[in-house]
Amino acid sequence: MLGSGLLQGLAVTAKNLAGSFHDPTRYVTTEYPEQRTKLPENYRNFPFLVHDDPADPAGTLRCVACQICEKECPPQCIYIVMERDEKGKALKRPKVFDIDISVCMSCQICVEVCPFDAIKMDQEYELATRDRFGGLLLHREDLSKSNEYYHQIHPTEAAGVDAALAEQKAKQAAAKAAKAAPAAPKPAAATRSTTAATPAPSPAAVTSPAPAATPPAAAPVPPANPPPTA
Amino acid sequence: MSAPAANPLPLLERLPVALRDACTNWLPESWRWLANSLLSIVAVFVVFATLFALLTLAERKILGRVQNRPGPNRAPLPFLGLRTYGLAQPLADGIKMLTKEDIVPRGADRVLHFLAPVALLAFSIMTFAVIPYGRTLLPVELDAAVLYFFAAGAATELAIFMAGWASRNKYSLLAAMRALAQLISYELPLLLSVVPVVLVAGSLSTSVIVEKQGAWLFGILPQWHVFTPWGFAGFLIFFVAALAESNRSPFDLPEAESELIAGHLTEYSGFKYALFFMAEYFGMCALSGMGVTLFLGGWQAPFPALGFIPSYCWFAAKLLALLFVFMWIRATFPRLRIDQLTRLAWKFLVPLALVNLFTAAFWVLSAGWAGPLAFARWVVAGALVIGPFLALGRRLSAGLGPRSYRYA
Repeated sequence: MLGSGLLQGLAVTAKNLAGSFHDPTRYVTTEYPEQRTKLPENYRNFPFLVHDDPADPAGTLRCVACQICEKECPPQCIYIVMERDEKGKALKRPKVFDIDISVCMSCQICVEVCPFDAIKMDQEYELATRDRFGGLLLHREDLSKSNEYYHQIHPTEAAGVDAALAEQKAKQAAAKAAKAAPAAPKPAAATRSTTAATPAPSPAAVTSPAPAATPPAAAPVPPANPPPTA
Repeated sequence: MSAPAANPLPLLERLPVALRDACTNWLPESWRWLANSLLSIVAVFVVFATLFALLTLAERKILGRVQNRPGPNRAPLPFLGLRTYGLAQPLADGIKMLTKEDIVPRGADRVLHFLAPVALLAFSIMTFAVIPYGRTLLPVELDAAVLYFFAAGAATELAIFMAGWASRNKYSLLAAMRALAQLISYELPLLLSVVPVVLVAGSLSTSVIVEKQGAWLFGILPQWHVFTPWGFAGFLIFFVAALAESNRSPFDLPEAESELIAGHLTEYSGFKYALFFMAEYFGMCALSGMGVTLFLGGWQAPFPALGFIPSYCWFAAKLLALLFVFMWIRATFPRLRIDQLTRLAWKFLVPLALVNLFTAAFWVLSAGWAGPLAFARWVVAGALVIGPFLALGRRLSAGLGPRSYRYA
């Protein structure tokens, strides 16, 4: 009959009107600044640098200033200067590490090319600033975030990275030990072995809060990084 | 307002008039009528301006809820910072409108451009004069109140064309012409749907029309006009025409904000725009009030037992219910095209309203039928309403069945 469609339409809107008061599936608004939804684990926007010890962020950056990411970055938003001592010897850590997030396109290529798992994608999205030049150029201090933070935002991926790093350390330590064993224990070798051995426990100590972290000796470690862009 | 009746009215019923008298008693007798009229005007204006403010909020809230979102809920009360579910939103809107720049196009007729919103609002307010808000609350007692109401309401069309013409903008002018075409088209079914009421009540006076609906069938069922076959059909036609007359969705073509550049309001900004907005809501309130008066029993209580609640409360409740339906419809239906709009008026509503006139005439002639004849009266009148509706509907919607999309 003419008009029955109109009544059906009115019924639909009436259902929504009434349902919005008692049915949470109909009333889906999140009142943003007060309420927040949990971001999905794979959400990413801009890169950050991982450091291992929150007490000494600048000293424990995983970044060795190799500049691979700088060269690979398609929009060239990364700028790195390696730190050198007074004799000009490279110290294998960045003196300057800048990312211009007004240029960054969140492609994650820097993360994929980094051989040291030093740069990862962040989830921080409240980046609005009144200073569009200075405020959007992030420096080393702004970029440096702890491994625990990385575990918080990407738990699965971070556990895989920690396991791979620990395995790598263990392998290196084993190789060092194998190399050092046949040779006579010279003092220089001893100091080298200690320098090689001392960093080894520190990632292990960091990985201990991670749920999926496996001890470095365990063989069936998941094969390193889960491919991030899978 | 009419003089207060004798004493039997309860206190709450007498309260508004008693308050008014208390305010004006100190004046000399010859001046009192003027003061009383001015007070009535102020009261009507204050009440409906407040209602307008709250309606804008309510409309946005209801639309929001229908679309599963909360609607405006953040505007805080000034100096307190309380959000109160967005109750301060009308205040914020008003301040925004007042502080906006008032732009008049260089080529515009400045006088008419200014006069159009004022005239529109003035005519809209004039229609409030003859609506009986309660047993004793009728600002102006006119014998030809219904005629006056629709005359004043039709004058708003003049103001709309004034706005389009004075803007000196071809879009405004075209939109004003289109608006005029719509408003004049729907003037006819609006008036034709009211004629049966006048026919049955035998009077053009709104107070008489309301009082005639005051009886109760079997002592319990209200005798409102909407509960008769012709009244039901008349009310629906009146309501559809009122939607179109007040430029409300789904007939909001004159100002189709999502398609046109606001029609005749293109060149209006700031407070003049707000006045147009206000006039639209006033028109909606006035037409709803008239619908309540003519078909829904005015200020009469729905059941005799509920008579202790003051009559103006019943009027307010019915008015708000009708306004809610306006918003509900806005939330539901998409806008009509201009050809669909005029076709609906001329080919559907006007013939139905004319047939309805005959139904009402039959109803009046058969008023004395009793016993089984009373049943026959309902059957015949019902057939006179439903038959033409089905026949016309079938003819008009022939070939307009559900579409099949070949490439969708």
